Amino acid sequence: MELLLNRFRNLTVLLLAILAQLVLLAYQVKSNGEVRLIRVWAVTAVTPLARAIEAGRSGCAHFLSDYFVLLDVREDNKRMKKDLDRVQMENQYLRTELDTADRARSLAIFQQRSPSKTVAAHIIGNTTTSGAKVVIVDRGSTSGVEKGMAVITPDGIVGKVVDVYPIASFVMLITDPTFAAGVISQRNRVHGTLKGQGHSTVMVDYVQNEEKLDEGEWFYTSGDDRIFPKGLPVGEATVVRAGKSHKEIYVTPSGFQSGLEEVLIVVEGVHAPIPEVAPGNQQVHLLDPPPADGATAAAPVVPQPGPGSDADRIVEQYRKIGEAEKHVYGERGTGAPDYNLPLDPKPADPDKPKDPSKPPNPPPRNPPPFDQ
Amino acid sequence: MTEFSESFTEPRKKDRVSTFSWAAMIGIPLAAILFQVYVPRFLTFLSYLELPLLVTVYFSLMRRSPIAGVLFGAGIGLAQDSLSSHPLGMFGIVKTLVGYFAASVSQRFDVENPLVRLVLAFFFFFFHQFFYWVLSRALMGEALDFDPQQTLVMAVLNAAVAVPLYHILDKLKGTV
Repeated sequence: MELLLNRFRNLTVLLLAILAQLVLLAYQVKSNGEVRLIRVWAVTAVTPLARAIEAGRSGCAHFLSDYFVLLDVREDNKRMKKDLDRVQMENQYLRTELDTADRARSLAIFQQRSPSKTVAAHIIGNTTTSGAKVVIVDRGSTSGVEKGMAVITPDGIVGKVVDVYPIASFVMLITDPTFAAGVISQRNRVHGTLKGQGHSTVMVDYVQNEEKLDEGEWFYTSGDDRIFPKGLPVGEATVVRAGKSHKEIYVTPSGFQSGLEEVLIVVEGVHAPIPEVAPGNQQVHLLDPPPADGATAAAPVVPQPGPGSDADRIVEQYRKIGEAEKHVYGERGTGAPDYNLPLDPKPADPDKPKDPSKPPNPPPRNPPPFDQ
Repeated sequence: MTEFSESFTEPRKKDRVSTFSWAAMIGIPLAAILFQVYVPRFLTFLSYLELPLLVTVYFSLMRRSPIAGVLFGAGIGLAQDSLSSHPLGMFGIVKTLVGYFAASVSQRFDVENPLVRLVLAFFFFFFHQFFYWVLSRALMGEALDFDPQQTLVMAVLNAAVAVPLYHILDKLKGTV
């Protein structure tokens, strides 16, 4: 036996090494767990080095750009970008609420709600598996991150946390072939499952051929998977065609539009309804200057929650529209407004007789209450 | 046999074994793994470069010991597994085999010849990718695709990188 082992020493060591790793694999598969100790050591060893390299790279890049480009412009740009991202998220939420049928109640609900609680994280590296879309972020369990948390950017969803270590976490991107999430379309409210394909386009599966879906339709998270809060933008459908058993739907993710360097990990998610208008199609209204006279006496006055929020501006606009249509929105007993009136009506000629062929105004209906 | 073929089959110094300092044996694989983790974020085309594999092949060839090759392969493979989302052992098993066979080949060929290094790097890359695909399907049940044409192209690219890389790493070795 000893002679045999000595003669075939190399082969014996090889077989022992392979056997040990097979046992390790079998243990992980059978127990559905993992050997965290080895991973923690490896991640703890690599993460500080990756952070240092990233800090060095970004420091050099910033130094060069600050030196050769205008110094103040960079700081202003950073500050405005941060403000813009924050305002974009608030705006998305506000527009969703205001587009519902009962706008007044939505305003009151929105004033009581608070947005999702998030933690900012910086991407510091990729994992070593080629073909897999898993990145490493510099937030771990010490920052309150847990496995299964959603990862987003202001433009849309990005992925989910699959592994958590003390100072780092692994985030599987939505483009990973093993990624899946529940989604719903914006116009036709079609439910489907978002799946990654290993490249920049993702697909929505399990949508029956009979379901109606348009190209250019936006998809949002449905909240069915209990990972992503409902109402987060996913992307726009670029290809929609009938397949063998299900529709073939390909979506361009919106979360990667601004690049992928900083992300937000949703620590406490808040579900939101699906907006009526897609993010790209929402108009930005510019208000007229406020009226000089006290023309707001007849209309119910909306209390200003803050200096000129979007909700206040939209309410003010509807009040002006009501003035032009000789109707007060939210006031009971006045009937429906006359939508045929132009918004800038000229004063009527008192000598001109009324046209008998015109149909009379429709009977008054009780408008929805406009609570303030 | 001609003189030309003899130069491939018989090493110039038959029992030459290269030694490396501990810092090199730990730092070079760590640098290779860091490279694979960090650089493809900015240069995505470099994600096809398997530096940990090339480093495994190099150390196995230079040490000329199948046991050392097995240990190198297992160590580097497990470290790579630790930074992936797959269970531990996938890269470990494949690189263990690569290390063993590379060391076995080094006992029969002159592995300091650039042409031999090019061919070996090409062959072991293809072997590594193919065997990883076999393991994934057989052990993990993952329906991965294996594209022979793309793998051949990537093998050529990795082999082309391996030759100058090995030339640089030769500066760090000592000889027994």
